[in-house]
Amino acid sequence: MNSRSPEDLLAQALELVATADDPRALDEVRVRYLGKKGELTGLLKQLGQLPAEQRREAGQAVNRSKQALEAAVAERRQALGVEQLNARLRAESVDVTLPGRKHEPGGQHPVSRALDRILDIFGQLGFTVATGPEVEDDYHNFEALNFPEHHPARAMHDTFYLPDGRLLRTHTSPVQIRVLKQTEPPVRIVAPGRVFRADSDQTHTPQFHQVEGLLVDTDVTFADLKGLLADFVNAFFEDQLEMRLRPSYFPFTEPSAEVDVRWTNEDGSPGRWLEVLGCGMVHPKVLENCAIDPERFTGYAFGLGVERFAMLRYRVDDLRLFFENDLNFLRQFR
Amino acid sequence: MKINHQWLAQWVDTDLDAAAVGERFTLAGLEVDECVPLAAALEGVVVAEITDVQPHPDADRLRVCRVAGDSEERTVVCGAPNARLGLKAPLATVGSVLPGGMKIKPARLRGVASEGMLCSEPELGLGEDASGLMELPADAPAGVALVDYLGLDDHILDIDLTPNRADCLSVRGLARELAALTGGQLSGPNLEPVAASTEDAVAITLEAPADCPRYLGRVIRGVDVHAPTPLWMVERLRRCGVRSLGPIVDVTNYVLLELGQPMHAFDLARLSGGIHVRRARPGEQMVLLDEREVELDPDMLLICDQTRPLAIGGIIGGLDSAVAESTCDILLESAWFNPASIIGRSRRLGLATESAHRFERGVDPELQRQAMERASALILAIAGGRAGPVVEQADEGFLPTAVEVSLRPGRVNRVLGTDLPDDEIRSALTRLGMAVERDNDRFRVRPPSARRDIEAEVDLIEEVARMQGYDRLPSRPPGGHLRLSMQAETRVPESRLRRQLAARGFQEIISWSFVSEQDLAWLGLEAGAQALANPLNRDLAVLRTSLLPGLLKTAAANFRRQHDDFRLFELGACFINTADGFIEPCRLTLFMTGRAHGEHAIGQDRTLDFFDLKGEVEQLLALNGVAGRLQFKPSSLGWLHPGQAADVYLGDDLIGSCGQLHPTLAAELDGSGPAFVAELDAERIRSSRLPVHQRGSRFPALRRDIAVVVPEDTRAGDVVDELSRIGGKLLEQCIVFDEYRGKGIDSGSKSLALGLILRDVSRTLVEEEVDRLIGRMIKGLIQRFDARLRG
Repeated sequence: MNSRSPEDLLAQALELVATADDPRALDEVRVRYLGKKGELTGLLKQLGQLPAEQRREAGQAVNRSKQALEAAVAERRQALGVEQLNARLRAESVDVTLPGRKHEPGGQHPVSRALDRILDIFGQLGFTVATGPEVEDDYHNFEALNFPEHHPARAMHDTFYLPDGRLLRTHTSPVQIRVLKQTEPPVRIVAPGRVFRADSDQTHTPQFHQVEGLLVDTDVTFADLKGLLADFVNAFFEDQLEMRLRPSYFPFTEPSAEVDVRWTNEDGSPGRWLEVLGCGMVHPKVLENCAIDPERFTGYAFGLGVERFAMLRYRVDDLRLFFENDLNFLRQFR
Repeated sequence: MKINHQWLAQWVDTDLDAAAVGERFTLAGLEVDECVPLAAALEGVVVAEITDVQPHPDADRLRVCRVAGDSEERTVVCGAPNARLGLKAPLATVGSVLPGGMKIKPARLRGVASEGMLCSEPELGLGEDASGLMELPADAPAGVALVDYLGLDDHILDIDLTPNRADCLSVRGLARELAALTGGQLSGPNLEPVAASTEDAVAITLEAPADCPRYLGRVIRGVDVHAPTPLWMVERLRRCGVRSLGPIVDVTNYVLLELGQPMHAFDLARLSGGIHVRRARPGEQMVLLDEREVELDPDMLLICDQTRPLAIGGIIGGLDSAVAESTCDILLESAWFNPASIIGRSRRLGLATESAHRFERGVDPELQRQAMERASALILAIAGGRAGPVVEQADEGFLPTAVEVSLRPGRVNRVLGTDLPDDEIRSALTRLGMAVERDNDRFRVRPPSARRDIEAEVDLIEEVARMQGYDRLPSRPPGGHLRLSMQAETRVPESRLRRQLAARGFQEIISWSFVSEQDLAWLGLEAGAQALANPLNRDLAVLRTSLLPGLLKTAAANFRRQHDDFRLFELGACFINTADGFIEPCRLTLFMTGRAHGEHAIGQDRTLDFFDLKGEVEQLLALNGVAGRLQFKPSSLGWLHPGQAADVYLGDDLIGSCGQLHPTLAAELDGSGPAFVAELDAERIRSSRLPVHQRGSRFPALRRDIAVVVPEDTRAGDVVDELSRIGGKLLEQCIVFDEYRGKGIDSGSKSLALGLILRDVSRTLVEEEVDRLIGRMIKGLIQRFDARLRG
């Protein structure tokens, strides 16, 4: 029979615990002394062989040693865990100054970026987006908009024609006609889209983008148009810009106006007047062409060039850059 | 139209300087593009007379002149060929600075001292004639500052008139407008009739009275076509951009500018018989003033004599009957042509004449006689001669009638949002020369005959607004009857698609809607292409049937700019003629090239492959909850790599294609690696389904993995479909997690590893049930694909 005392076994075991340098070695120590067949456990099993009066004290001695050893193992296990975690963390450390793993980001074209902004602003005022075809007929692009046949106003639009007489829309105004023919007033729309003019030089491209706005209701006045455009221009440019309306001529509006804003120079001083919009009160003939009573309803319409707004907003100095699609250019607008 | 401020100021009593006049015009709708000083200050430049000319002792091309100008006579060395004794010319004295910045200093030219410089037009910024010294009239007073003598303290206003304001295409029209705007007193030229001093007349026949309902002719005999046009007229013409071409043409041009009536002068000797105004006959030809021989279209209006065309009415004269060196008798024409008979013809002839410009827009129909008298008087004064009587033929039935427009003051205020009293409305119209009469609750308004644009009430409302000044009209902040609009939640806005694609690394481009035929043929996309009737050039001659040509050209351009790792997208309309008619589908196209991820110091780099692109397409549809079952089937499209080409189906509908760009096409783009492209129907991607909640299963899922060996040509998609069919509702998901060929697998076969995730909504699945189901699935694969279970 083994006669070693629990204290001796504990001392021996504690030494082994202290030198166990990984969880497995520690567990071996635990099994050796505390397992089902462990040495300390064995002492407990031998208690029955002791005289009755010694059993209690001997049992307590063994249990004290067991508890002490269990505590030491737990402590050692925690210490080893921390050490192991620390080692892992050390091993896993990276150079955080290395760049992130990423792909070249994409982005919107500056024209569509400006367009989104424009539509968002008008959306706040209840204008919904309406669209129409880019290949139009003479009726929607000109005639219904009160451009008489053979009128010099048509010459202002250098029109691309198809051989059968259809044409590429020269403005998004035909959407006015399509919407007014389908919808009872009140009408409150913006019509964005591509438009085409047979013109190409430093300041003209054969295609560009317009947003047409139209509001028809029972009591719309020129004053509403002025107020709307002033708020729009300021909202778009995030500035309080001086604005002026000049009389102009569009066959489908009367009175008609062009809208200038006083640009601010880079140094903050007031700069030139820049034309940014065309607008006016919907011509009664246009309403009549759409079977709307011009005595009961009035309306306003406006049209703006998206490229123009994008150029001013993002300080792009050459219109043609928008259609060259050079990534070095496009990537500046994301 | 270009007009000088001095001329205008002579007709309207105004204190405004040129810039202020320009501002007033612009704010009244006559947009002044430019207001520039006529000339530089030209300080120190004086009128001088050459009093002696001697050859230069050491230079053949130079001459030594004695010049009398300011205080004393001096020597000036000069190289101009027209330097001659007695010539009056501008002298830049020592100390003066010319417009180009040249400072005049005493100089020695080949050893001869020269004090000052005799100048040509361009040296003074006064004209283009660089052939010699600017020749001044013989009576020009030597010593007077040139600026004073020529009245050069003037400004040129360049006015961009809208097509409705034909009445302002003259000094008189602009003066009327300025007077109305400023309240200044209007005066005008003397328009007294010129009495006839001979009986000579030419008969006029209006054979096309609808096109030309009024034609006036007047014979003037014995004019001196060599008489000098007076300096004041030459200067006014020059400032308005018209060159002096002899007294007769100068006068007709002058009257055109002054009154807005285009006129024409024929050499009477070249006419045989009377004037006939008629349409051109088929095949008729004539030689124009610009010496071109043109074929005349039957819708062109001609001024003819008995035998041949003399002029195209209202557009341009003929060379044959034009006033020439030998002319001594003339026939002056002053007519009214219907705009509809003029419009478009001059453009067709490649001409843009001042006359056509005015007749197209509408000339005052009551102006012809005034202009005839004014021109007659000027010609007699300058070139002499004896005038015959004015012969007028008119067909009143075809002349525009005076309009009367009714205006309701209440309507003015309703449209403008104003509260203008009736008096103010009336006075605005009266200032514009309109006759205004009250008729109960409205005004009856008769506009002046020159205002052809006033036809309806709304035209008058605009006039009232203009006279008020748009800046003085009220403004009302937006609001009004705001209403919420119905917006379909299942309709994906284009802007959301754009942002999603940008977020996934795609850069948006906007390419031309037109391409060349070759661009389409290159990709085999020419079917249904629609050509333009009037393209800008051959590269932009056909409407795109696909976004691919623009996309690939953009990619190529960026490869050339040394980009090799990028992703592009474009969203836009295409144009296709189909059996069912012309359609304008909105498409989305994607382009990817380069690496799957950016270059990095750590980890494996990988170039893109087919599945990166396919994943993008799947992600895009998933992100938007696009309704319908998405399937990819092998495609045989020519622009795709035949082994990496897929047609994309949503349900039964083909919505596009994707794959690797065919390597032979890719090679033409100068790219370095493979490129992946997709083109999809954007409309389908934009229609999503409305999510409807379904309660998920509370019971656990079970996963079983199987590996099957199938013949090489078996498609994984078909295997998954078959498993789904057999598994029914219990098969929640089937993942293909490995595809393997090689060791252990016969050639001609491949192994697919499949993860089957099974779940029931109402209970926990038991093992035996799952085993039976898996068994049925495997059996199904064996039957359908000749598969066998692997190891």
